[in-house]
Amino acid sequence: MDMDIRIPIGLLFVVLGFILAVFGLFSMNDTELYTRSLGRNINLWTGVIMLVFGGLMLLSTRRKVKK
Amino acid sequence: MADKFTLHFIDYAIMAIYFLFVLGIGWALKKYMKSSSQFLEGGKSIPSWITGLAFISANLGALEVFGMGASGAKYGLMTAHFYLIGAIPAMIFLALFMMPFYYGSKARSVPEYLKLRFDEKTRGFNAFSFAIMTIFASGISMYALARLMEVMLHWNFNYSIVASAVIVLVYTYLGGLKSAIYNEVLQFFLIVVGFFPLVFIGLQDVGGWEGLTMKLNDVAVGKGFAAGTWTSTWHYLGSASTNPMGVDWFGMFMGLGFVLAFGYWCTNFLVVQRAMAANSMSAARRTPLIGALPKMFLPILVIVPGMIAIALMSRPENGLQLIGDNGQTDYNMIIPSMLVHYYPTGLLGLGITALMASFMSGMAGNVTAFNTVFTYDIYQSYIVPGKSDNHYLKVGQFATIFGVAVSIGAAYVAANFNNIMDFLQLVFAFVNAPLFATFMLGMFWKRTTGNAAFWGLITGTAAAALHYSLTIAEGKGGWIAQLVEYPSGMAQGFWTAIYAWSVCFILTIVVTFFTKQLKTDADLRGLVYSLTPKTYDEPGIPWYEKPVIMAVIIGAISIVLTIIFW
Repeated sequence: MDMDIRIPIGLLFVVLGFILAVFGLFSMNDTELYTRSLGRNINLWTGVIMLVFGGLMLLSTRRKVKK
Repeated sequence: MADKFTLHFIDYAIMAIYFLFVLGIGWALKKYMKSSSQFLEGGKSIPSWITGLAFISANLGALEVFGMGASGAKYGLMTAHFYLIGAIPAMIFLALFMMPFYYGSKARSVPEYLKLRFDEKTRGFNAFSFAIMTIFASGISMYALARLMEVMLHWNFNYSIVASAVIVLVYTYLGGLKSAIYNEVLQFFLIVVGFFPLVFIGLQDVGGWEGLTMKLNDVAVGKGFAAGTWTSTWHYLGSASTNPMGVDWFGMFMGLGFVLAFGYWCTNFLVVQRAMAANSMSAARRTPLIGALPKMFLPILVIVPGMIAIALMSRPENGLQLIGDNGQTDYNMIIPSMLVHYYPTGLLGLGITALMASFMSGMAGNVTAFNTVFTYDIYQSYIVPGKSDNHYLKVGQFATIFGVAVSIGAAYVAANFNNIMDFLQLVFAFVNAPLFATFMLGMFWKRTTGNAAFWGLITGTAAAALHYSLTIAEGKGGWIAQLVEYPSGMAQGFWTAIYAWSVCFILTIVVTFFTKQLKTDADLRGLVYSLTPKTYDEPGIPWYEKPVIMAVIIGAISIVLTIIFW
């Protein structure tokens, strides 16, 4: 295999997830920003989900190497 | 509407990071592009989970995202037929019965298979019609992207066209098919994560699935149909007059489920190419099956937003307006409009990036299919045969540039005709529907002759054109006369496909009896079912990777989904 695509996918999701989650944390009390999304801090939630998904992608490449 | 929101630094940062990754993947693969096979066929080295996701992602371009969202609003849950009956059975058939011929033969493309099985002229006809079709499909995704940037972000249309063309060109030129496939996987995950929050918040807004059903009951009754029409699939297909699509169960089953679905998924090189890039025969056969699993659930991402939108739009106080609304409703803009309606700064950047990812995968998929057919089936066959592989690698790279350049032209054609998407759907019915009859006979009846295949194909395509010229739907078609009027363009498309397939099928059989088979049994080994040794799975693969077992599981899930949403 020339390139393990799980690495760039994992990295992209970790980076974008991190940005969204941090932005979500800092805009926690900005109720005006989140009126569109029915009061939910959707940035934080999506960010966390992306972080977890990206992290799992990266972890799965680790395990393969150890074998 | 478009002026009520602005993008902030964080939204642009998300887009920029995505572009960096896309170009980076192309850059990293550049050094492996040493032969035409690496560049145009991905070196037949890719694991099946990657080709499987690319298989459905290459389709998830403008036509699917705009078209399915719009149909979700116009016809409701019935649109899911494009997935459950219009894709899954055909994908299973491709995996189990057709892949062994594609992957097992020496063919590098679908037209080349036609040459090996039939003759040169059948291949030529298919190669040219396919090349033109892919260029238009790629141009439409490019047009959709630039138009979106224009109305959402107020970017200049011409600059947007050039920018999207350059990005797609760079990563397909550097890394070839492999780069397109890898990026399609990345884009697939991005599309899922970018659209999912929309469905989540949207459903909450209308009061969950129950609230949506109730609101859509009002919509259906308001349009003169029974209450449950927008939230069922088969229930109102007893007669064409009881559903908004104007199709009965036979037209749906034969037109979409059999002819159009099998014609598209089993013979269109854009999707077949992804499976042919897999690293083994069983991986190639698993490709459509792995794709089928997420495919069954895509209606949640692309159709449900359309249903939510029509439910909300029935009451103006909900405040949902479609972008680019010049007094007339442009259903194509449903998903972009809902992104703007629900997404705050931050997530909005991700949502727009997901849309861009979708259109770019649509473009790159078509460009990489085009350059292969152009290089192997047009250039190497008719223009300059017999050169070194390095020569054809160069031609493949040149064809990539050429393909993107012509797509730009097609994008401007699309900009000048407002019904270009319907036009392309029509071209699919003209090209793919008769082709599936040719393939069925060619693969399962060894007597079928080259001359019969060629004339069957030409006549089938002509029959499609004739049927379209004699019928009318939503003001389209009827160039010669208007003998029948269909209630929707979709109904017209389904019946056009049924006639095209039937004419090609019958005529090919008839001509076969009057022409001589020029191919010997030895020529046809590996190309025809009865002359090909049965395909065995590689020894030692676990049960859950066996194509037959996977097919049974996927078939069972799709049947359960059909019953639940009957």
